[in-house]
Amino acid sequence: MSVALETRDLTIRFGGHTAVDRVSCSFRPGELVAIVGPNGAGKTTYFNLISGQLRASSGAVLLDGVDITNTSAPERARRGVGRAFQLTNLFPNLTVAENVRLAVQAAAGVHYDMLRPWTERRDLIERADAVLKDVALTAKRGHAAAALPHGDQRKLEVALMMALDPRVYMFDEPTAGMSVDEAPVVLDLIARLKRDTEKIVLLVEHKMDVVRALADRIIVLVNGACVADGAPAEVIASPIVQEAYLGMAPKGAAA
Amino acid sequence: MMILSGGAPRGRILTAVLVTIVVLLALAPFLFPGSKPLNVAAKVCVYALLVASYDLLIGFTGIVSFAHTMFFGIGSYGVAIALYGMGAGWLAIFVGVLAALVVAAALALAIGLFSLRVQTIFFAMVTLAVASAFAVLASQLSWLTGGEDGRTFQIPAVLRPGYKLLEQPLFGVDVNGRILAYYLLFLTVVALFLVMLRIVQSPFGRVLQAIRENPFRAEALGFRIIGHRTLANVLAALFAALAGALNALWLRYAGPDTSLSFSIMLDILVMVVIGGMGTLYGAIVGAAVFVLAQNYLQTLMGVAFGALNAAGVPFIAGFFNPDRWLLWLGALFILSVYFFPAGIVGKLRAESQP
Repeated sequence: MSVALETRDLTIRFGGHTAVDRVSCSFRPGELVAIVGPNGAGKTTYFNLISGQLRASSGAVLLDGVDITNTSAPERARRGVGRAFQLTNLFPNLTVAENVRLAVQAAAGVHYDMLRPWTERRDLIERADAVLKDVALTAKRGHAAAALPHGDQRKLEVALMMALDPRVYMFDEPTAGMSVDEAPVVLDLIARLKRDTEKIVLLVEHKMDVVRALADRIIVLVNGACVADGAPAEVIASPIVQEAYLGMAPKGAAA
Repeated sequence: MMILSGGAPRGRILTAVLVTIVVLLALAPFLFPGSKPLNVAAKVCVYALLVASYDLLIGFTGIVSFAHTMFFGIGSYGVAIALYGMGAGWLAIFVGVLAALVVAAALALAIGLFSLRVQTIFFAMVTLAVASAFAVLASQLSWLTGGEDGRTFQIPAVLRPGYKLLEQPLFGVDVNGRILAYYLLFLTVVALFLVMLRIVQSPFGRVLQAIRENPFRAEALGFRIIGHRTLANVLAALFAALAGALNALWLRYAGPDTSLSFSIMLDILVMVVIGGMGTLYGAIVGAAVFVLAQNYLQTLMGVAFGALNAAGVPFIAGFFNPDRWLLWLGALFILSVYFFPAGIVGKLRAESQP
C-alpha cells in the first residue's frame, strides 16, 4: 500500500530551541498511530506542522507524494488534513448544531453559496444530525457551544472532526478532562474510524491504556526527536521508552 | 417564513415591535400627512437599510470599518452626478446607480484585499484614512461634485410633488409624485432588506459568523477567511451605496453633509448598537428609535420646557431647553447601552427565551 502522509526531516526552531527535530515518519491509510512522549516533547507542535498552523523551519510534509509544506492551514484542510485541538476551539456563540453544520458544510465544499437559505440544504442538515447522534449531543443541539460543560465541549470538538470527515484525522488528547463515563463515547468513535481502510488517524494521547487499546503503531517523541516507532507492545517494552517517557527505569521511582 | 429565508425575528414582543414599525412606515403617508413626517419616515427607511448593511460587517463578520459612509456617499453622488449631467430621466438613475455600484465594489475589493489580512484595529484605521481622503477628494473636485455645496438635481416628473397620480384625494390625502417616490423608496428598502436576510441565513452567512466567532477554527475547517471577509466587505459596500442612491433621490440632493460626513458614521454606529449587533432586525429598530429621537426629541422637550416654565420651576426647566436635546440623546444612548448591552433586539430575544 502506498504511503499517504509523510514527514521528511521535519524541523521547527523557535529561536535557539528546536521544538521538533528532524522527524521522518510515514503513515499509511487504514492506520491508527499514537504519538506519545513527555510534556514538552513537541507532540502538539508536530501536529501543528502537519496541519499547517505552524510552518516548518526545514524538512517537508507530503500528502500522497505532494509537497504541502508551504500551503496554508485552510488549504491543507481542503486537501483532507483534519485537525481537532487540545484546547477546546469552537464557535462559542453558535449553537451545537450550527457548529457541526459548519464542519459538514466545509466537507461538502459549500463556501460562497449565499442565495439559498440554510434550511433548504436538507442533505447538510441530516448529515449534521447524524453526527450529533453519534456523539450523543442531540439533546443539546440548541445550546450555545460556550454554555456546554467541558466534557460536552470536548465531544463537540470531536464531532466537528467527524463532520469534516477528512482523510487524515488528527486528535490531540481528545479525552483530556473528560469524565470516566464520557471518554468511552469518544474512544468508540475513534475506534470505529479504524475500520475505514482509507483513513489515517493520528492520536496524541497520554493515557497508556487508551494507546494500547487503539493504536496500530506508536511513535515516541522526546525533546522533539523521534526515538521509537513501531508496534505498541515492542515500543512500550523498549528500554529507551521506559526510561524517557514512562520514567520507570529505576524501580519504584515516581512516574 | 419563505420570504424571511428561515430567519424569523424570534420572540413575540420583538415580532410585534417590528410589525408595528413596518406597518407604520407602510402607511406613513396616510397616517401622518405632511412633509416633515414623510421625510422622517423616508429617513428611517434609508437608515434601516444603511445600518443593516453595516451590521453585515460589524455584527455578522466582526469587521470594524469606518468607511461605510464613503460607500453611502458614492451611491448618493453617483445618482446626483448622473441626474445633474444627463437630466431627469430613468436612464440617468440607472446609469448613476450602476456606476456607483461599480465604484463601490472596486473600492471595497481593493480595501479588502490590501488590508483585511491585518488585525481588526489596523483595518479600522485604514478605512478611517481612506474615508477621510475620499471626503476631501469629494469636496475638492467641485467641477464634478459641486464641492461643499453639493449637487441639487431634478428627478423624473412622476416622482415630483407636482405630479398627481389620482384626481381625487385618497383618505383625505393627495396622492402625488412625492408619495409615489416614498413607496418606491419603501419597497426598494424592504426588498433589499430581505435579500440581506437571505444572505445571512445562507451557508455563506454562517461562514461569516464562524469567522467572527473563531477565525482560527474557521481556517482549520478549510474556509478562506480573507475571501469571505472581502466578499462581506464588498456586499456591505453595495448595499450602502444603494442606500445612498435612495437617499439622494429622496432629497433630490447630494452633498458632504448629507452623505459623507463622519457624523453619519457615528450615527450608524449608535443605531447598530442601540438596535443590536448581529441581528439585522436591530437595524430597523435602531434606525426607528434614533431618527425619531433626532427629529422629535427637540419638539417634545420644547413642550416640557414651556410647561415647566409656566409651572414656575425655571431651574429644572433649564434641563429641558430644546437646545440641549443632544445632551438627552447622549443620555438615552448611554442608558440603552447600559441596560441593553445586546441592543433592543438582543434584549427582546433574551426575554422571550423559555
